[in-house]
This record gives sequence, structure tokens and C-alpha cells, in this order.
Amino acid sequence: MKFTLSWLKDHLDTDASLAAIVDKLTMIGLEVEEVEDKGKLLAPFVIAHVVSAEQHPNADRLRVCMVDTGTGKPIQVVCGAPNARAGMKGVFAPAGTYIPGKKVTLGVGTIRGVESHGMLCSGDELGISDDHDGIVELAADAPVGTPWAAWAKLDDAVIDINLTPNRPDCTGVLGIARDLAAADVGTLINKPIPPVKGTFPCPVAVRLDFGDTPSLCPAFGLRLVRGVKNGPSPEWLQQRLAAIGLRPINALVDITNFLTYDRARPLHVFDAAKVKGDLVVRRARAGETLLALDGKTYTLDDTMCVIADQQGVESLAGIMGGEASGCDESTTDVLIESALWDEIAIARTGRKLGIVSDARYRFERGVDPAFMLPGLDLATHLLMELCGGTPSEVVVAGEPPIRDKVIDFPLEALPRLAGLDVSFAEAKRVLGRLGFFVAGQPKTLKVAVPSWRPDVDGVADLVEEVVRIVGVDRVPLTPFPREDRGRRPVLTTIQGRTRRAKRALAARGLTEAVTWSFISKAEAELFGGGQPALALANPIAAELSDMRPSLLPGLIAAAQRNADRGFPDVALFEVGQVFAGDRPEDQHIAASGVRRGLARAGGGGRHWRSGAAPVDAFDIEGDALAVLGACGVATSAVQVVPGGPSWLHPGRSGTLQLGPKLVFGHFGELHPRVLAALDVSGPLVAFEIVLDRIPEPKAKATRAKPPLDLPAFQPLTRDFAFLVDHGVKAAEIVRAAQSADRKLISGITVFDVYEGKGIEPGKKSVAIAVTLQPREKTLTDEEIDAVVGKVVGEVGRRTGGVLRA
Amino acid sequence: MSELAALEQSISAAIAEAADEAALEAVRVAALGKKGSVSALLATLGKLSPEERKVQGPLINGLKERVTEALTARRQALRDAALDKRLATETIDVTLPLPESPLERGRIHPISQVIDELTAIFADMGFEIAEGPDIETDDNNFTKLNFPVAHPARDMHDTFFFPPKEDGSRLLLRTHTSPVQVRTMLSKAPPIRVVCPGRTYRSDSDQTHTPMFHQVEGLVIDKGSHLGHLKWILAEFCKAFFEVDQVKMRFRPSFFPFTEPSMEVDIQCRRDKGEVRFGEGEDWLEILGCGMVHPNVLRNCGIDPDEYQGFAWGMGIDRIAMLKYGMPDLRAFFEADVRWLDHYGFRPLDFPTLAGGLSG
Repeated sequence: MKFTLSWLKDHLDTDASLAAIVDKLTMIGLEVEEVEDKGKLLAPFVIAHVVSAEQHPNADRLRVCMVDTGTGKPIQVVCGAPNARAGMKGVFAPAGTYIPGKKVTLGVGTIRGVESHGMLCSGDELGISDDHDGIVELAADAPVGTPWAAWAKLDDAVIDINLTPNRPDCTGVLGIARDLAAADVGTLINKPIPPVKGTFPCPVAVRLDFGDTPSLCPAFGLRLVRGVKNGPSPEWLQQRLAAIGLRPINALVDITNFLTYDRARPLHVFDAAKVKGDLVVRRARAGETLLALDGKTYTLDDTMCVIADQQGVESLAGIMGGEASGCDESTTDVLIESALWDEIAIARTGRKLGIVSDARYRFERGVDPAFMLPGLDLATHLLMELCGGTPSEVVVAGEPPIRDKVIDFPLEALPRLAGLDVSFAEAKRVLGRLGFFVAGQPKTLKVAVPSWRPDVDGVADLVEEVVRIVGVDRVPLTPFPREDRGRRPVLTTIQGRTRRAKRALAARGLTEAVTWSFISKAEAELFGGGQPALALANPIAAELSDMRPSLLPGLIAAAQRNADRGFPDVALFEVGQVFAGDRPEDQHIAASGVRRGLARAGGGGRHWRSGAAPVDAFDIEGDALAVLGACGVATSAVQVVPGGPSWLHPGRSGTLQLGPKLVFGHFGELHPRVLAALDVSGPLVAFEIVLDRIPEPKAKATRAKPPLDLPAFQPLTRDFAFLVDHGVKAAEIVRAAQSADRKLISGITVFDVYEGKGIEPGKKSVAIAVTLQPREKTLTDEEIDAVVGKVVGEVGRRTGGVLRA
Repeated sequence: MSELAALEQSISAAIAEAADEAALEAVRVAALGKKGSVSALLATLGKLSPEERKVQGPLINGLKERVTEALTARRQALRDAALDKRLATETIDVTLPLPESPLERGRIHPISQVIDELTAIFADMGFEIAEGPDIETDDNNFTKLNFPVAHPARDMHDTFFFPPKEDGSRLLLRTHTSPVQVRTMLSKAPPIRVVCPGRTYRSDSDQTHTPMFHQVEGLVIDKGSHLGHLKWILAEFCKAFFEVDQVKMRFRPSFFPFTEPSMEVDIQCRRDKGEVRFGEGEDWLEILGCGMVHPNVLRNCGIDPDEYQGFAWGMGIDRIAMLKYGMPDLRAFFEADVRWLDHYGFRPLDFPTLAGGLSG
């Protein structure tokens, strides 16, 4: 909402400075977004008379001018403008002036040997036009020495308010003035509007025709003014509109625009000569079209409200008029419409057609119903004043729905809700100045809400009105003690796991990324998603269209972008939401990571110590296990099952689980086909763990750890090297060995895997170290040999492995 | 020269000449071995008369001790020399650079870090952390929060929608974390003190807007909490979060459908070449919105507004991260550029705590 300071002062008698007004506006909830104070900016520029203009001795294109600025002592100025000549009047800037069009401060200069003590300005330099071919020429009667901007009426400050949608009354300057007056910034000027006496019946009838559908027009007022003379509106009106960025068109149209901004009362004018028959207010018929005043043709449907005559639709109700019945210089008879519209229908229609108009802006917020007819009279007065003419009586269809809202307002609500004590007198004064009618006893006010405040509905609203006007600053800070609620952790299990998973992955050298929750449909489909229920109806871009089923597409794309920028060896992770469906229970928290190029777990890039080996599935398996460990899973119990989902390499991927019913996630190399489909290059390994599949920890009665069980006897270790078929899994050998004696064998490590020279093709050698932990006594050689024999036997029986010779 | 002295001289010379431990051992055996020269002398003692033994005993034993000492000293010298020689060949180039430690390399995203900071601050004030789904109903995101149907207030949120269902309803991506407040009020009886951090979505994109961003909201519902408490909590939060002793705040009345009265909060700061400093300066910077929970919202969530009241506030996590840590462009948060993450990210062990300092 834009307005000028002088416009505000039409409705507010105040001596307050611009700065004070701007500050107060913001502090009462009318946040000032921008102030353009041209008066201040242009203050140094004065009207000057060019006494003489002589050719510059050293430059063909320059002149040396003596300029009278009203001091009686002409000033020497070097000027390059072709139109600079003796006798003219122009705009002079002394040295030291900030030149807005050039964004520089003018200094005293010597131009080709001649001193110049200021400047005669072009429109471009003043920031008022694009004209830079010559200096501004003023009328011969322009008073020399007078500040130019004030004389040219260009010194009005323009204030732009970021208006919240609850304040329809402040879409008019009067409403803003009322708020300021309530806040003691001046006195409201709100002259009564004398009723207009119509001298003949309005020849055009109005009918509201909504059949059996809900009405979209509560009330509609119309009046004809005959014999008007349309033309450009007077200078004051043109300046008002131009200052806030509206283009003056002609007096009839300008009056409607003026009242839209002055009183938050949008109006429409029809050229009566172009309207055929009576007016019908109805729903549009599907497929009807209207060439609107913005020059565009809109196709309408039956959710939209129109004003039609015998020829069809003439106006899109409350949003924009039609071109065909618009007023121009030839208009002599004018129909003025002042109506009320269904707010929801206006909002929907405006959104559907993409029309942003000053009328829509006000009608969708709610226009004062009580002002429908006074507004029509005010417009008529203004119209007759500017264009002459004879008014008809008003025809009204429907009835303005004026709300009769009275709220019982207990003053204790102020300290209770706002922590602020306000006296009866002060509350009454504030509300009264805002236009509320206040009666009642000191403890409880009876407050009648004015018709222009549809936003005020209850006690909380009145508390807000009082608090915002007396100032939120008056509310004292009140300490808010912790309640006696113990000191239990505030994070839920999943929240704690999420944050530990992040730290664990970062501690393994990965970098946390945060990628979009939406990805392209193709990416979603590659990772098991892409169902229609998870596709946005209005994505911001085609590649951000579907909710992600996995974090991996985003991370893989991110890794590739980094590679394309010259950083091929990256390790990225994300912990965040993934979507299996659109219900809350379908949303899971996943932890995923990718390693690309040489970003191995032990250190990234080529290195003298580790060589230049690319990442492999074991690097990323370590990351996955680190996540599980950080989330409280005993990783030694986690089963690693060969194979994974379709986006992983079938032979170089694994599934991490505790039994087939509790699958945590997967790891491995990306499938080459998926890499190709994503148009990214490897080597690339990835993992994904779904954190909310990890069971809740068992509740413990005590924080104490179980007693430490230290065996009294030394452990001992025996090494074995088994020759097995290539396809035998190390885990099978370990399991078989473990089964030899579950009590005595306390640990098994695989310390060597070998294929190649000395081993027959199709076989491999797997070496394990088995640790025995005696608990009751030291083992004898015979007992040790017996266990060793059982290990060999079990491994042989279960895997076909034989001890290597 | 006596016989003993001559022997001692010759053994000493042999010890001194021994070039390695093997040669020295040969000298030892020749002197002190079973058939060694000194051993042979010792064997003669038994045959001597007590008087002679009294004279010869100490002399021969003294010789043995001196020889033993000399052998030991020489052996040590030879060992030292051998070790020095070996060590002279055993060198490594300690200037070879080590691979960077994973703890040095890994990074936590500023958003995660700031959420951890917020958690530390609000947990200390007795708040719990609540979360909810990103895909929400229109009811939870708007209607229960007192957004009138088709009201322009809904236009303030450029909402992402999913396709309509058969019954005409359509799900959406939450435009703020307020639906978590709704879910909390519906599922939990007052008193309530929660903060709700999470991802939020609006169809908007420029230097300070991205279609996805992060918010944190707070909610207090009980029988007596009012604006004065809200102002205090926010002041305490700002001091703790921005790690300054004093912060000057300005509460401006504003409008949100779900609060009444509503306010926006600015904090005073000084802007200097893209850097923002708090607790000084003359500029105001908007950081959050807040207000008393609207009675309609309480009613919609099954709480009696005549018995309970409370307040809520909300702010952009990304935004306060930018303010505190000086990132100029929001879009970079989601680009996963490792150069940016390396620079603005946090180390794995930089846990924000109130005891140790939020940003260490």
C-alpha cells in the first residue's frame, strides 16, 4: 500500500516529522517497507537564471555560464548542454550536492582551465526523466532562488507499507490516518459526506440473478450521471496518482482510482452509451469471454461473478472492467457502480485468471459494507466537481451486510494475555479513536466493532488493538522459569540417533550435504519411487517434481556436480526424510552416503601411503556399520547378506540385517546401468540405512553397567588357513569355526584371503585366527588339540574347506 | 713386571683390540673360561698355604674383577657402536605429508549444527523437541491454524500441492512447521513446551528464498503464560544463540492468522561489509514472528481457550544460520558444493553445548 505524506495529511492533522510518522507506522503494525523522500533528496536544487553564457575559451562544446541563484552574486558554471543559453531558467546544484541520477556528489572543478562552482542539471541527473540531451528548462515565471522540488511539487515523500492481509481498512489512506491518530500522531480529519440528491430516477435497472446457487454479490449500488465532460483530471489528482505509480487516464477513471486508495472503496464506471439494457449481476457461463481493460481477453467459468447487459459480459465483478463499456474522452453519461462482492469468489477468480488489480486486492480482504453508498455519493460529488453533470437517484440491489458485533472486553485480559496493565481510561481512549464504540463499567468494557474492521472478532483481537497502539515495548520482560519436570533427555530416540549418525559419518571423513526433498521423476523411479501420489501438482521445476524415495539420487547428483567442478574424490552424506507414500507413517529418516573416485575411508585422493586405489564396497560398508553402531546396534551381530536392491551392483553389494525381517539397509557399488541412466560417472559406492527401522533400545532400570567379567586365565590363539571354493563366503567359515566350541572360542578374525599363484583356479585360501579363552583352568595340549580338530572338522563339513598344506 | 701384571696387560690389550662381540667373547673365554688364563690362576689358589693364599687371593680375584669389568665396558661400547651404525642407516622422511585425518576432513552442515545449538538452548529452558511429517493435510497446515478458506493469508504461502484425491482433498508440503504444533496440541494435554525444527516448503526462489528451507517454532500452552514471558524467552534465546551479553530487540505488531496479538521481532545490529554484528549498531534486522496462540487455534486443537493460553514463535533456521555465521546466499545451503561445506561446515567433534560454548 503506497501513499504520499501530503495525501496522508488530507486525513491527518499533524506536525509530526516524516521520520516520526514512519517510525510510528512500523511500531503500530503498519510496517513501512520503503520511504522515498524526494523532498530531502532534492532540497539543495534551486531555480536559477542564466545571466550569460559565453563560449569556453578552450573547448568548442562547452560554455561558461554566469548563473544567478537568487543571492545576487552570480556563480560561474561550465556547462556542456547544447540548450544552455543566456536568459533561460534552469535547475542549479551548488558544489557539494548529491546528484541522484548520477549517484555522485558534485565538487568544485576546473574544466579545461575554467573553474566551475556547480551544475545546471538535466532531467536524467535529477532522476525525474531519461532526458540527458540538455538541461531542464523552467517556465519564465519560475521564482529564482526558490527550492525547485517544492515549486515543481516533486517533494512529496512516498511511503510504502507492507500491509498485512487482516487490515482491509488500511488499504485506504483514511484508515492509515485513523491508526496514527489513535497512536497520538495527530487528529483524524474525516469530513462527513453530504448525501447526493438525485434529480431523476436511474434509467438502468440492476438485478442480482444467482438462481439457486449461492449469491456472489451481497449488494450493488448504481447511479447515472448525465452530461459530464470527461478529459484529463486536474493536476493535483494526476500528481497524487502518479506519485504512487498509477498512470492518470481521464477524470472519470482517475476518480475511481483515487477513491480506491483514499477510502479503500473500489468503484467502477461504465460509459452509459455503451451499455445496452439493464444490468444483471450473475455467475459467468462457462466459456464466456471478456476483453478486459488491461487489453487481455479472459475466458470465464461459473465460479466467477460478472456484470452483464444485453450484449453479454461487461465487467468482471470486483476485479476489472471490460474494454467495451469503458469510459473515454467522448463519454457524456456515466454509470457509477459501488458494490460488495463475495471475498472468497474474488480471491479465487483473481487467482485463477492471474489478475492482480487494486480492486481485487481490496475486495478479497473485505470492503467496508457500511461505506458502499456513502462511497458512491463521495464519488458523485467528486465527479460533478471535476466533470459536471446531473446525478440520478441510486438504485440498490441486495442489502449491505453490516455486522453488529459487540464484544465484552474484561480489562484483566490485558495483564492475563499480554502481561500489561492498561487503565480503563486509556483502553477506552485507544479503542474509541480506532472507531470502536466503547461503553460499560471500569472492569468490563462493552465494545462495538466498526464496520470496517472485519478482523476484530473477540477479546484477543481487542487485546492486540490496545497493545499495538500503546506499544508492545511497554510489555515488561517476565522471566519464564523451568517447571519442575525433571531432567530427562528432551530428544526422542530417532532424534538422538539422527544426530549421532551425522556425527559418526562426519567423523569418518564424510561431508554432510542437505539436498532437495524433491527430485526428478526419472530419478525417483530408478530408486523405487515415482508413484503418482508423491508427484507434486505444481513443482517449481521439472527436475524437482517427485518426493524422494531415497537420499541417494540427490547425493549422487551432488557428487557428480563436484566432480564436474574439478573435485572428483568426494565423500558426501545426508541424514533426512525419505518418502515411501503420502501418509505420515510412510515418511522415514534415512542415513545415506556416497564415496566417489579415490575418496576412500582411510584418506582421499592419491597418496604416497595408500596409492591410488578407487573406493570400493568395503569403504562404504564401514560407513553403514558406523551409522548402525552410533545408533546403538551391536555391529558384531549384524548379518551381511550378499546382494541388494536393483540400483546396486548385484555381485558387489550387501544387505545389513538382523534376520530377514529386520533389514536396516544396503551398501555397495552403484549398478552401471543406474550410473548410465543418471548420466554420472563412477567409481561410486553408496549406502543407505533407514534409521527408524532400528528397534527402540530396551528400557533399563539402572544406568549401571553389568559387572566386568575378567577371566583368570590367559587367552591363546591358533591360526588356520583353509582352502575353499571361490564362492564360499568368509562368514560361513567363521560361523563354522565358531560352532566348534561356542564357550571356549571367544573371537575369530579373518587375517588373510589369497587367490592366485600356488592356489588352484576356482579356489581361494582364507586364513583365520581363532582365540580360545579358558575360564576354569589352563588348557592342556590335548584339550587344545581337540578344539583345533573340531574347528577343522566343522569348517570342512560346512564349507568343504581343507587345511592348506 | 710380575707375572700377574704381564697377564693383565695382555688381556687388557686383547679386550681393547676386540673389534666385535665375537672377538670379545673369545678374549673372555681365553681369560675367564674354564680353561682360561685367569681361571687357571684361580685354580692354583687351592694348593697354596694359607699365608700365600692371603697374599695371592686378593691379587688374582682383583685381576678377575678388573677383567670382567673391562669386558663389560667393552661389550657395551661395541654394542653402542653397532647400534649407532644401524641407526645411521635407519632414516625416514618425516616431512612426508600424512593423509588428512577423517576428523579433520569430515563436516557437519551448518543447518544440523544450528539445530543442535537450538536444541541445547531450549532443552535448558525445559522444552522438548517435536517433529512431524513434511506431507501434510490442508487442515493441519491452514484450516486448524485459523487461515480462512481462500483468504489472501493463504497466498502469503506459495504452497506446493499433491494431486487431488478421490474425495477432492489434496495433501500439500507443509509451508511452515506450525502443523507440528497442531499435532502436538491434538496429542498431548497441556502444559506444553515444545520446539519444532524441520523442513518446510514454498514455491519461491531467489537469493534469500529457496523452495525448501528450515524453520524452528516454539509453543507454550499452560494457564498463565503471556507476552511478557514470550519476550523474555526470545531475549534469552537471542543472547544465547548469538553469544552476546546483551541484545536489543524490537517487537513490532504484525499479523499471522494463528496468533493474536501477533508480532515480528527485529534485533539491533551493525552491518559492516556484509558482516552482521549483534549487540551494537543502529540497524534493525527481522529475525522472527511470534504471538499469543489464537483462541480459534486452541479450540480447533481441542483446548479450551477459556482455561488455557499460550504463545508461539517461529523463525528460519537457515536465516539465523546466515546471520550468525555470515553466509551470503541461501541457495548455496542446498548445492552440496564441497568447497562451501568445507568452509562453512563444522567439524565432527564441534558439539554445541551450553557448558562448552555453542560455537566452541
